[in-house]
Order: sequence, then C-alpha cells, then structure tokens
Amino acid sequence: MDTIFFTDQLIPALNRGLVMSIKLIIPSGLIGLMLGIVIGTLRTFGHSAVRKAANGYATLFRGTPLVVQLFLLYFGLPNLGIYLDAYTAAVVGFILCSGAYHSEYIRGSLLSIKKGQFLAAQSMGFSTFKTMCSIIVPQAVRRALPGCGNEIIYLIKYSSLAYIITCIELTGEGKMIATRTFRYTEVFMVIGFYYLVLVTMASFVLQKLEVRLKIPGFGKA
Amino acid sequence: MTKPKKPILRVENICKILGGKEILKSVSLSLNKGELKVLIGPSGAGKSTLLQCINFLIPPDKGRVWLEETEIQNRKKRDLYAFRQQVGMIFQDFNLFDHLNALENVAIALRKVKKMSRQAARDHAVAELERVGLGDKITLYPAELSGGQKQRVSIARALAMEPKIMLLDEPTSALDPELIGEVLSVIRDLAQGGMTMILATHQIGFTRSLADEVLFMENGRIIEQGSPKDLLSPDACSRSWDFCSRLNELHEEGV
Repeated sequence: MDTIFFTDQLIPALNRGLVMSIKLIIPSGLIGLMLGIVIGTLRTFGHSAVRKAANGYATLFRGTPLVVQLFLLYFGLPNLGIYLDAYTAAVVGFILCSGAYHSEYIRGSLLSIKKGQFLAAQSMGFSTFKTMCSIIVPQAVRRALPGCGNEIIYLIKYSSLAYIITCIELTGEGKMIATRTFRYTEVFMVIGFYYLVLVTMASFVLQKLEVRLKIPGFGKA
Repeated sequence: MTKPKKPILRVENICKILGGKEILKSVSLSLNKGELKVLIGPSGAGKSTLLQCINFLIPPDKGRVWLEETEIQNRKKRDLYAFRQQVGMIFQDFNLFDHLNALENVAIALRKVKKMSRQAARDHAVAELERVGLGDKITLYPAELSGGQKQRVSIARALAMEPKIMLLDEPTSALDPELIGEVLSVIRDLAQGGMTMILATHQIGFTRSLADEVLFMENGRIIEQGSPKDLLSPDACSRSWDFCSRLNELHEEGV
C-alpha cells in the first residue's frame, strides 16, 4: 500500500480541512441552537404578526435545499450590494438552516409544557418575558435536547456543503486530492471516517450535557 | 373575634364568558383585612374562574378590582405585575416549577421579580420552607415530593412574596385523604396568624371552624352568603347546607 500518499498528501490536507470544518461547525451549532430557541418561542407564544414572520422564516429555510440557500447567500447577495466571504456565507447559511430546524424541536417541547407553569409564574408577578426566560424555556430546552442534538449531528455532516461555495473544508480538501489523483475510494473512505469520529465526539458531548441538565421528573428516572 | 373593618380587596360585578358560556354573572365581593372567606359550590359553579379573574390570570370581560384604595388597571402591565406580587395564589394541582428544587421554587420569584440578591433570596426561601415544615426537603425536586409536600412548597412560595391576600383554589382537592391534614394545618396557621384569604374548598369541617364568611356559588353567581353558623346548620334551610350534607354523605371527612 502506498503509505506515502496517505501520510504526505491526504492526511495533512484533511487535517487542514478538519480545522476549517470545526471552525464552521462550532459557531453554526451554538448560534443556530440559540436562534432556534428564540424562533421556536416566538412561533409558539409570539403575537400574531411576529408568529407569522417566524413561521415564514421556518417555512422558507426548511422548504428549500441548503445548497440553494448557500448559493443565494454567496452569489446572490452581491446583487444587493452585500458581499460575504465564503466562510461567512457558509456560517450564516448553516445558522439560518439549523435555526429553522431547531425551532421546530423547541416548538414541540414548548407545547408540552403545562399551562399551570405559566399561570404560577404570572400569579407571582413575573412578566411574560421573564416567565419565558426563567420558567418555560429552561424546561422546554431539556425536553428538546435529544432532537436538537440530532440536528447538530446533521449540521456536522451538511457542513460538507461549504466547499461548494469555495469554503474549502474537510470534504473540499479531500475532493481536490481525489480529483487530482483519481483515488476516490481511499480518499472518501478516510473522509467518511473523519466525519464518523466528529459525530461520535459530538454525541458524547451531547450525552454528557443531557446528564448534566438532568432533573428528576425530566427524562428517564 | 373582632377584626378591623377595612376592606383590603374589593371586587365588583365581575363577568366572564368563556367558550360562549357565561361562567361568571356579575359577581361582587369584598374582603376585610384578616378575614377568611370560603367559596363553596358544585364544580362548574365558577369558583376557579372567579379566583383567577381576581388576579387577572383570566382577564374578566367586565368588572373592577380594588386592592386597598387602588383600582387595578390591568391594561398597564407594570401595575398588573405589581398587583400580582401582593396577591398570593395556590392552585389545585400545585404548579410547582418542575425544573427547580423546592428551594429554587421559592427563591426564583424573589430573585427575578423582587430583585433580591441570590443569598438573601435563599435565606428567605429557607425560612419560608421551614415555616411549612419542609426545612429538610429543600433540595428535592417536585417529582421527588409527595402531593402534600408539593402543596406546602407552593404555599411557602406564595408566602415568600409577602402577599397582602391569598387566593387558594381547592388546595386539597388533588391530594390523597391522608395528606389533606398537613396542608390544612398550614392554612389554619395562616388564618390564625391573620392572613387575609379567599379559599375555594370542599372541606366543610374546616370551613365551619375557621371561615369568617361562606360564599355559596352556583351557575356563576354567589347565591348565598353568611357566617358558617347561619349557612351550614341543619335548620338554616339553605342551599349551602343541602350541598354540604350531600358532600358529607359521599365521604365522612376527618377535619
């Protein structure tokens, strides 16, 4: 086996790509989740106009392919005088897309919170906003965590679309080598392995988080 | 027992239609400082709705509410939130915050609404929990408490806000019979300590011994009101007596 191809060419390039992938995934994951919490809350409890706007956002970003969103952000926005570099366009695209999906998980869990929780807080003089922040959302997030974790795992994999708008990450680096050497099988098997490791690590962290946030009465005893 | 006659809460002509049905038909009542008024009546009479209209958890369609001399303008959010801090509410199904332990359940409103420091809120919460006999349960979560303990935490939570009046919506109805006593004894201590309260309940024995006035509700109206002695005695020939004796036939209560 040609180990020099792996050690001198493929692995260094993929490691470089991996760093870029992580730079894409971490901010997109964190900000996307926060956006999802806000949008999910507005979709559930917002006033009519706000709710319609938030629903519109979710419909748009869940209803169109991520590739289309990325192309429009990178190649379309300059028509409006907005220039995003490839990295920024990719992160913005990922945040908007994952936020839309997260909002659905959050919405589902918000709907499962009993009305009494809201009444009890209101009866002590909590404003609606404080009721949401201190009482309702902390419970909803715990219930939504498995679903949101799922979305973060998706994000890790769809971050591979960034190379299409010239933000060269893990898949992009590999693709270039594969094209040059025509060794698609080896290259993509290694890329697949990299993603598998990333997802496994993310699952581990998410599981730790679930345990950390666990409270008697939420989730399994 | 003589109590100073100064209305602390006045409610006038509350009307509420929910789902096309008239739930409250112009209900009025007033409450003097230190009084315990008990709302009784069949389910569906409007007792819960009335209590929730008093603190605007359900905004009444018509009617006015005064706390001491001030009329509550429920459209002004700030006034409404300030008013609710002075009116404690106890729910039938406790409504403890499920993600917070007993201590945090009591402390959170002190911190978020009364803006107390974390330490001051904690100290105050511990004191309130001790007062209801739960000093050794402060770190337990609602899912780890019995029904009676949950209701006592919820009473401590309301008391921590130092309310001027308390509204108690069937506080023992969701409890197993053997747990009712511990909650009633906390409420009895409150009444004897001079807390002003409106209590919706089916505990007739408790009502007889502690209520200053009984309000009997049916079909969205207060149809009888008077002292427990007048209303709840066999020779009163009252609708209240009739109702209570039928309740007693169902189960002999121990209080």
